[in-house]
Amino acid sequence: MQRLIAEVILPLFPIKAAGPRGLDALDDGAVLSLHGGHLVVTTDSHVVKPLEFPGGDIGVLAACGTINDLAVMGARPVAVTLGLVVEEGFPIDELRRYLSSFAAVLSDLGVAVVAGDTKVMGAGELDGLVLATTGIGVAEEFVPDSGLRPGDRIIVTGPVGDHGMAILAAREGFPLEGEIRSDVAPVWPLVERALRVGGIVAMKDPTRGGLAAALNEMAGKAGVGILVREGAVPVRPEVKGLADLLGVSPLALACEGLAVIGVSPDRAEAVLAALREHHMGREARIIGEAIAEYPGKVILETGVGGRRFLEMPLGDPVPRIC
Amino acid sequence: MRAGSDLFRLRDPARAAGLSRVLRRLAPERPVKIVHVCGTHEAAIAEHGLRSLLPDGVDVYEGPGCPVCVTSTADINLAVALALEKGAILCTFGDMLRVPGTELTLEEARAHGADVRVVLSAADAVRIARENPRREVVFFAVGFETTAPGTAAVLLDGPPDNFSVLCSHKLIPPALEALLRENTEVDGFLAPGHVSTIIGADAYRELAGKFHVPVVVGGFEPLDVLFAIALILRQLGEGRAEVENAYPRAVRPEGNVRAKRIMAEAFRVVDAVWRGIGTIPASGLELGEGFTRYNAREKFELEARTGDEEPPGCRCPEIIMAKAVPTDCPLFGTACTPLSPVGPCMVGVEGACSIWYRYGERPVL
Repeated sequence: MQRLIAEVILPLFPIKAAGPRGLDALDDGAVLSLHGGHLVVTTDSHVVKPLEFPGGDIGVLAACGTINDLAVMGARPVAVTLGLVVEEGFPIDELRRYLSSFAAVLSDLGVAVVAGDTKVMGAGELDGLVLATTGIGVAEEFVPDSGLRPGDRIIVTGPVGDHGMAILAAREGFPLEGEIRSDVAPVWPLVERALRVGGIVAMKDPTRGGLAAALNEMAGKAGVGILVREGAVPVRPEVKGLADLLGVSPLALACEGLAVIGVSPDRAEAVLAALREHHMGREARIIGEAIAEYPGKVILETGVGGRRFLEMPLGDPVPRIC
Repeated sequence: MRAGSDLFRLRDPARAAGLSRVLRRLAPERPVKIVHVCGTHEAAIAEHGLRSLLPDGVDVYEGPGCPVCVTSTADINLAVALALEKGAILCTFGDMLRVPGTELTLEEARAHGADVRVVLSAADAVRIARENPRREVVFFAVGFETTAPGTAAVLLDGPPDNFSVLCSHKLIPPALEALLRENTEVDGFLAPGHVSTIIGADAYRELAGKFHVPVVVGGFEPLDVLFAIALILRQLGEGRAEVENAYPRAVRPEGNVRAKRIMAEAFRVVDAVWRGIGTIPASGLELGEGFTRYNAREKFELEARTGDEEPPGCRCPEIIMAKAVPTDCPLFGTACTPLSPVGPCMVGVEGACSIWYRYGERPVL
């Protein structure tokens, strides 16, 4: 996927920016300058299998995914558009249910759905439903994912891997009786608190590839190393247990309701305290810091005190078969 | 969840730090080379960064511990030919599909129209044979003493006539002996926990005595591995060369007697070609007397096609012989990655290169 984007897609567009941050930054969103502030724009196509999973459905996922991309750019979400592609014969009740969950997330945050488009494709031409969104947000100061400097602390706002494991378990049909639920949720209310404290230098939402991918991107773009203490990373015991059983790493599992926040050392404790006041941030932790050594790499200090690189995950985690 | 809490106990950082201190005290002045032969051991070592907890001068190598990596090119060529030319349904374990033969991988054979299917066990292949009575179904049996009993069980169960086995099972103790003959730097073996549950800790006694080399059977949690290495270092320090069992919660001295019995009934021991090593006497399993009608090598007229050449630059043979680590190879991480592997050690998920790449393992960090 990364090669496809870098080698095939990006070279086709000669004009990549219309403001301080454009397509070539490969950040969560683009930033356009607007008198006195910034307009942040993000776009995403949402597919998930199964369409409904413990803790959410494709509608919640699409809404949160859009909000969260804006939030981690430091932008207050204002409006979204929705492109809806539906397979012919898709049950209307089910469609209504997913769109209602989409709407509920947005209206809770006061975000408008300002434009839309609907296409129906023939049966078998797509797998059920695709929701394509564009999100628009505003920020006085935007936060790139590339702003880490040595010494900055890394905060994760909650336990990692819940979404990825819930999806994996639902897909493989493990009878878990709903023990593991997706963490899908809008992170803007949390991020807003952190921004109010100040000192935020970089942010990312650890979706595809989980915490491991987010940290590798942040390290690579900033040209710093990141030292992470595995023991400090919050992981629910049930997620950890099942991940061990399947031979996948919780650090590589997608999260849909978390932010990874880089914050200057003098503000780290204050930001952490502010996050913990909110119910979504009660388990927020400082998991490590940016370092000058090993630029572009993430060093994991393992639970037993060993050290290794935490690499960019390869593709989606699949269970080990033997 | 009791089992879960036990596992967490075996990952206790304070005990790990304590063991790390013990290891430093036990380590001799000279460099020590310890070899294990198990992908799961390598994964545990890499995932938990255990090499960084070992004293300077103590190195651990994965030897021929990845069953997929040591499967001979000739057998892969046979499997490809069975699927492509004889039109058989070829069933095997997942990561076997991408290992290069001389011309094709099984995955490429599938792209050329061959019917190649991934199974989780020999029993799955038998089921496919029963569901397709008009087709020949061949199970390409790879793996050590851990997977061989599964193949033996289906053979003893009376599989249908359209089922046969291309048997490429291999035995661990002869491989350890071959490694010692070839690589004189090996100071001790961390013996594989899973294989040892079958063959038993006693299976290494002859080797330990004959070559005066410590053999310690180890489990797969971080503290299991560190403890087993500590026992090896203690033996080296005291000049002993014995078999010790550091994994008694799973491994008995005599192993799994029933599994050993059905293996003896279904198979005979033969010389076998190990990729990266060559022929090792009495190191492979072939279908025994009375099962020849299920032997794909006899059932189909097949021409053996050899060829063990690795691609230029690939250092898998040295890695399998514990003479190099993955980062010694110029292709590692550049031309050769798990997404586009060059050599077998990057293809097999239990191969050292694949594990080092995925877990970010480095010799010193």
